[in-house]
Amino acid sequence: MAWKGDFTPHAPMVSDTRWNLADNTFDLIVIGSGPGGYVAAIRAAQLGMKVACVEADKLGGVCNNIGCIPTKAMLESAKYARKAGDLKDFGITVGDVKLDLGVAGKRAKKVADQGSRGVAFLFKKNKIEPVTGWGRLAGGGHVTVSGKDGERTISAKHIILATGSRAKSLPILKIDGDRVWSSDHAVFPSAAPASLGIIGAGAIGMEFADVYSAFGTKVTVIEALEQVLPLEDADCAAVVDKSYRKRGIDIMVSARLEKADVGKDGVTLTVATKDGKTKTVEVERVLVAVGRAPIVDDIGLEKAGVQVEKGFIKVDDQLRTTAPGVYAIGDCARPPLLAHKASHEGIKLVENLAGQGHGWVDYDNIPNVTYCHPEVASVGLTEKQARDRGLDIEVGSFPWSANGRARTAGESEGFVKIIRDRKYSEVVGAHIVGPGASELIAEFVLGRHLETTVEEIEAAIHPHPTLSEAIAEAALGALGRAIHI
Amino acid sequence: MATKVHMEALSPTMEEGQLVRWLKKEGDAIAEGDILAEIETDKATMELVARGSGVLRRVALAEGATAPVGTVIGVIAAADEDIAGIVGAGAGTASDAGAGRAQAGSAPAAPPAAAVAVPASAPVPPSGRVKASPLARRMAVDAGVAIEGIAGSGPGGRVVKRDVEAAAAAPRPAAAAPAFAAAAPGPEFEDVPVSQMRKTIAKRLVTSVGPVPTFFLTTEIDATRLLAARETVNRKLEADGIKASINDFILKAVAVALARHPEVNAQWSDTVIRRFRRVHIGVAVAVEDGLITPVVKDADRKGIAQIAVEVRELAARGREKKLQPDEYTGATFSISNLGMFGIDEFTAIINPPESGILAVGQVADKVVADNGQPVVRPRMRMTMSCDHRVVDGATGARFLRTVREYLEEPAMMLV
Repeated sequence: MAWKGDFTPHAPMVSDTRWNLADNTFDLIVIGSGPGGYVAAIRAAQLGMKVACVEADKLGGVCNNIGCIPTKAMLESAKYARKAGDLKDFGITVGDVKLDLGVAGKRAKKVADQGSRGVAFLFKKNKIEPVTGWGRLAGGGHVTVSGKDGERTISAKHIILATGSRAKSLPILKIDGDRVWSSDHAVFPSAAPASLGIIGAGAIGMEFADVYSAFGTKVTVIEALEQVLPLEDADCAAVVDKSYRKRGIDIMVSARLEKADVGKDGVTLTVATKDGKTKTVEVERVLVAVGRAPIVDDIGLEKAGVQVEKGFIKVDDQLRTTAPGVYAIGDCARPPLLAHKASHEGIKLVENLAGQGHGWVDYDNIPNVTYCHPEVASVGLTEKQARDRGLDIEVGSFPWSANGRARTAGESEGFVKIIRDRKYSEVVGAHIVGPGASELIAEFVLGRHLETTVEEIEAAIHPHPTLSEAIAEAALGALGRAIHI
Repeated sequence: MATKVHMEALSPTMEEGQLVRWLKKEGDAIAEGDILAEIETDKATMELVARGSGVLRRVALAEGATAPVGTVIGVIAAADEDIAGIVGAGAGTASDAGAGRAQAGSAPAAPPAAAVAVPASAPVPPSGRVKASPLARRMAVDAGVAIEGIAGSGPGGRVVKRDVEAAAAAPRPAAAAPAFAAAAPGPEFEDVPVSQMRKTIAKRLVTSVGPVPTFFLTTEIDATRLLAARETVNRKLEADGIKASINDFILKAVAVALARHPEVNAQWSDTVIRRFRRVHIGVAVAVEDGLITPVVKDADRKGIAQIAVEVRELAARGREKKLQPDEYTGATFSISNLGMFGIDEFTAIINPPESGILAVGQVADKVVADNGQPVVRPRMRMTMSCDHRVVDGATGARFLRTVREYLEEPAMMLV
């Protein structure tokens, strides 16, 4: 998507308010300090704007404080918990392995707090004013912020809504923070429950399944759609499904949660299975991971004339809301609900407001990563999507079992898969499941952004022995001439 | 400036050529027009002529080897010029960055001797490196669009996929429909290299006839539907005080036909034929002491009402000698109409460098045969003067047939 040639911000950006001592007037107010909001604020400050960033909670938003970052810390703990049992083969014998999810949670919290302080430091460095409290649009370029010390009204020519999202609840299973968790509660547990039911096998559900299972919890995942990780390529999902089952995680797909009885000691879940039967699952606690909902309530949208559409703040292709001077980015604006998408929207929007834009968010090239074990990462179309669109494709797949570096690490589950459009050899999709997937996917993102063809991926020399060689091999595979398989 | 030596299409159907022998060797001084090599085509052994002067710095196709049309088979450059960026210095290892690789996967297997061949996306030698994505290069080759001529919208003017798609979608020979939308981005013309055959044709014709070797094509049309269409349109436009003339309809028809026949919407220069992507029609207007041809720009995209208003306005200012230079230059084709003087048929002189002009006579009732029966019909004769260097008889005839179809059935212009 490109910025239209006739784009003009609703008001000119250059102003003398930077030199205005009235502290309540800014060039830009950002509501929300998550990866969309804080990044937009920093970029705006770099471009010479006087910026305020409103945050009701800790700087860094869900991503840094209770989302992406601490869950990755927990998954790191899970990795070591899992590895501990395998160390003998590597020549290391340790004594009794004791797992304590509470300690892992404390470490994750520490990592998150560090990140939040990092955002505070960046704000200071860039002279961005953090305004603590709940921000509401008041119309006419004003924002009222309700904080501990009362209410403050600040004003700016441009306001960016970056309010993010919150975990969705289910009508039949209300999140209570005790027996029924959302990810907010699952992220810093005091101890591992004996059993955990997880509703939803998307990225969040599958990551927590990995963490809790590694720490000894009996995990049951219930997914309504026909595969785990429903957004991912079916072949990748199958590898994860198999790996989880092998590790003793119960997975129910095409399974609908019909009833949930929350009792004093646990929750009884009644599930309609694929074959038309009804099954009950008793769990100590249950995690509702059925997705996230944009935060659009109580932020003054009606007052400012900002419309909502299908739950999201309505924006045009330049991220303008229906109110002049008000923009929206990230989870509250439109899917996909991903931190890196939010950051890029923030940067591109601010640059265009400052008249220094070049290009626009590469929406067709947003990578998707699930940090479970084995990791899953993808960009572009799945094989099914490519076929459904009638593309003439050739698929190259290279298994980790044939990659030397993966074998040295004892990681042979999964593969790298490239979907190539035959006509121009464009990389229409890339899918990785297995070791290093989350890091390796960036090669495809860069390649696609630069519009590489598959021949060039193959021709670029990948070091030996590395996981990255599997990418070159998959490229060869997509050209019908893989060497090592 | 370095000049790439390409395997040229030395016969109209040639797809690849075999290098019989090099008549120059690396290090020889070359003047433009020198014969560099003999190439065996699908039809005969032809001479490959130098397109630039300098020193033959590099020979990249061995004698006896074959290469597809468009392949770079050598480089002519100044003796001390750095040609590494054009064809790499190391034997058999060089490739023109992305272009070489992108191509290598799909190009027909070239013999080892042609290993340094860099299939170019356009035979017109560019100066220096074109910033373009590998995908864009491949798509451009496929679409037959010269990547050098595309304005890149990526960082630093890099040509990316969307640019090639836009360029390929612009009105072109293969395009089924003319673009009525806003002018497509990119250059307003395309330079098609002049083949050896065309060069010879041009040389002979000029010797025989004169600097603009002209021939004429005449056709007579049935104007029944044209008159009816004009009446309908004018009834509608009456309220706005606009009255469209027969000539306005002819102008529109010619413009739409040119958009569909870019080979006619073209100009001759000695090395290339420039095909325009936009259609600008000159209209000959008699003035007190002579003649001026104001230009209706993008006439193929304009409606009859707008054309009528513009022609009237331009002609009026033309008679008052108040036209700005850009209002009477830049036409890609012209029309001259002497119908109002009762002229049945005439030939008009081409206004160089345009390659055609249509001379239009009056609409007059004539007795013609309809299913063997004599009937009276309004008829009109038109004669097109063609620059034979650009437009051959059949090319011009096809174009004129389209014009005729549009005028005999004006609704066809909407198709």
